Amino acid sequence: MPASVPSTEAYLMLSATLFAVGLVGVVMRRNMITVLMCIELMLNAVNINLVAFSHRLANLEGQVFSIFVITIAAGEAAVGLAIIIQLYRLRSSINVDEARTLNG
Amino acid sequence: MDKALLAVVLLPALGALINGLRASRDPFTRKNRTITNAVALGATLLSALIATIGVVLPYVSHGTQQAYEHSYYTWIPSGMGQVAGGLISSFNVDFAFRVDPLSCTMLMIVTWIGFLIHVYATGYMSHEHGYTRFFTYLNLFMFMMLLLILGANYMVMFVGWEGVGLCSYLLIGFYYDKTFAADAGKKAFITNRIGDFGFILAVFLIFNTFGTSDYSKVFALASAGGTGQYGAVATAICLLLFVGAAGKSAQLPLYVWLPDAMAGPTPVSALIHAATMVTAGVYMVVRSNVLFRMSPTAMAVVATVGALTAIFAATIGIAQNDIKKVLAYSTVSQLGYMFLAAGVGAFTAAIFHVMTHAFFKACLFLGAGSVIHGCGGEQDMRKMGGLRKFMPRTHWTMLVATIAISGIPPLAGFFSKDEILANAWSYSKPIWILGVITAGLTAFYMFRLYFMTFHGQYRGGHAEVHAAQDAHHPAPGADAHANTHAHDPHESPISMTGVLAILAVLAVIGGFVGIPAVLGGSHPTTFQSWLEPVLLPLGGHPFHFHTASHATEWALMAVSVLIAVAGIFLAFRLYKRDEQWVAATSLARRFAPIHRLLANKYYVDEIYNAVVIRGTLLICRALWWFDRNIVDGLVNLTRHLTVFGGGHGMNLFDRFVVDGLVNGVAWGAGRGSVALRRMQSGLVQNYAMVMGGGIVLLAVVYLFLKP
Repeated sequence: MPASVPSTEAYLMLSATLFAVGLVGVVMRRNMITVLMCIELMLNAVNINLVAFSHRLANLEGQVFSIFVITIAAGEAAVGLAIIIQLYRLRSSINVDEARTLNG
Repeated sequence: MDKALLAVVLLPALGALINGLRASRDPFTRKNRTITNAVALGATLLSALIATIGVVLPYVSHGTQQAYEHSYYTWIPSGMGQVAGGLISSFNVDFAFRVDPLSCTMLMIVTWIGFLIHVYATGYMSHEHGYTRFFTYLNLFMFMMLLLILGANYMVMFVGWEGVGLCSYLLIGFYYDKTFAADAGKKAFITNRIGDFGFILAVFLIFNTFGTSDYSKVFALASAGGTGQYGAVATAICLLLFVGAAGKSAQLPLYVWLPDAMAGPTPVSALIHAATMVTAGVYMVVRSNVLFRMSPTAMAVVATVGALTAIFAATIGIAQNDIKKVLAYSTVSQLGYMFLAAGVGAFTAAIFHVMTHAFFKACLFLGAGSVIHGCGGEQDMRKMGGLRKFMPRTHWTMLVATIAISGIPPLAGFFSKDEILANAWSYSKPIWILGVITAGLTAFYMFRLYFMTFHGQYRGGHAEVHAAQDAHHPAPGADAHANTHAHDPHESPISMTGVLAILAVLAVIGGFVGIPAVLGGSHPTTFQSWLEPVLLPLGGHPFHFHTASHATEWALMAVSVLIAVAGIFLAFRLYKRDEQWVAATSLARRFAPIHRLLANKYYVDEIYNAVVIRGTLLICRALWWFDRNIVDGLVNLTRHLTVFGGGHGMNLFDRFVVDGLVNGVAWGAGRGSVALRRMQSGLVQNYAMVMGGGIVLLAVVYLFLKP
């Protein structure tokens, strides 16, 4: 294994950082499109995690999983954008706070 | 002889059964009346004939001193048992009859007097609707009385004893639609219960002491044992027996029922309340003479009670105006005489007086019945008078019986009374004095009755007036005899006067079986030697008949005759010579308190009313109060406890605790929901933050706080 390849811990640190950034974005941001993008960020953080472990353990299953995640994320983006469009038509806004009809 | 005995006893029972089943039929049709008469009279006549020919004559002709006993079956078989004194005995009671001189005497009195009174009643009761019912009771009474006198043990006697009490009750209350008659019946029944209680206790004690109730065994044991062997137990037995006798034979203090018993028809008064049933107590005491002789204390009690009853009732008798009441108190008095005789040890004299008294008292009662019948139901002697002109046959027979009861020789009453007084003299002087005074009083009130009824002018109006008055104001205690004769007093039919004549003859000659030695008889007298087998020796000492010097006998006789003549003379002066009774009235006025006391019978009924009845009622009320307030109170308290403690408490518990829990749960859930609904803000980012926070928390715990 060449020395230029960083250690697994580095990947995990990157992944954790990306995940944390995505999580904060999901929780904090009001723009629904930004929230969607942050979710993508979190998914990709997970992908990095999976690939890193796949490499580390020399097992391809993790890489297969990340391919699946990318595929599903494409679907998720399509559905999410469709929901945002419908919400915009209903409320003339894509502010997350506007969509709180389902409260207790 | 056993079959004849059974026939004697069962024939009246059969008669009662047949007539009892026919009792509801109309007695006024010729056919029904003939059948009733044939059954009732046939049963008693056959019974009397068989008793004479089949029982008494064979027994007498056999000449043996032994009593004849026959057991028909074991009535109460009850196995073995232990009695006092360690004796093992079988407690069996046989249905058995005994024939000995005593039961023969009683048998003759009961069957023949009973038959005569049946005959009389066919005339006297001829207008009654309950004619057949009357003869049913009368036959039933004969059956029970025969059981009583023929039974060979105390248990059979007790059956008869209770049975005659029942018949007495039924017959006193014969006019059951009249309140006073029904009340008198109840009074007799309840008073007799007290006596019967003593009697049955005595029988238990006899069982316990001797292990049997058969006369032959009990008396043999007692006779062998002598005076000392049974001691206080013998006294207890005798006193309890005497309580029974006092109830049945109307002695102090249980005599009160007998005067009231005159509410029954007059033949009943004659048969049951003069001649037969009331002498059952005397019979029982004489029957148990061996037991009584063991206890001088009991004898003294019997003699004293007898003497006191005799004089007590005689004094009441002189102030009564109801003809049957006079005779009733006279009966109580004469019964006292009989107990006096038994108490002083003159058992034969007691039975002798039972016999002579049966003759003359039955005659007197039936004569009184004839008078009442003839006067259309009137019983008050003040409204009679001069009846000898209207009813000559009744007059003569009653005169004979009156002389007989007064003790004038040579009639029956003289001999029996003289024998009693002679024995009393040698026993105790005070008792003799009481007896002699009673004899004088007896002569006085009997002749007072005779003069008031048969001499002077007829003081009653026409019978219609009385009938109308009686219908509106029935005299309390009066025989409610039907008023069907709407004319002057008239003589009674032959069925009544014929019987009176026979009884009058018996009252004349009845005493000749007991002529004392001093008057040319034998010693012991015929009657005494006849009854001698009944008087068993006690502890080896044979029974001795009283003897006294001839001079004493003459003197005693003279005293009793003189005092009787004095009584008669006084009655003659006051009620015959003095037509308007001026002297009698003024005497009564001068001694008004005494007269009132006597006329009101010493207020004994009132005292009993105040003490016994009121006392009973008071106790009842107290018990009622206890029941109502304490017992019911406890019950109600339980109820209150249940309602207030249980019901209300439970209600509160239910409302506050159970409901509270349920409501509390609901309230808690509601409150909780209100608190928790805040979390569901609808803001997706909130949810996400909670999830994220949660994960971080888990991660922190897992990574850093892991133990």
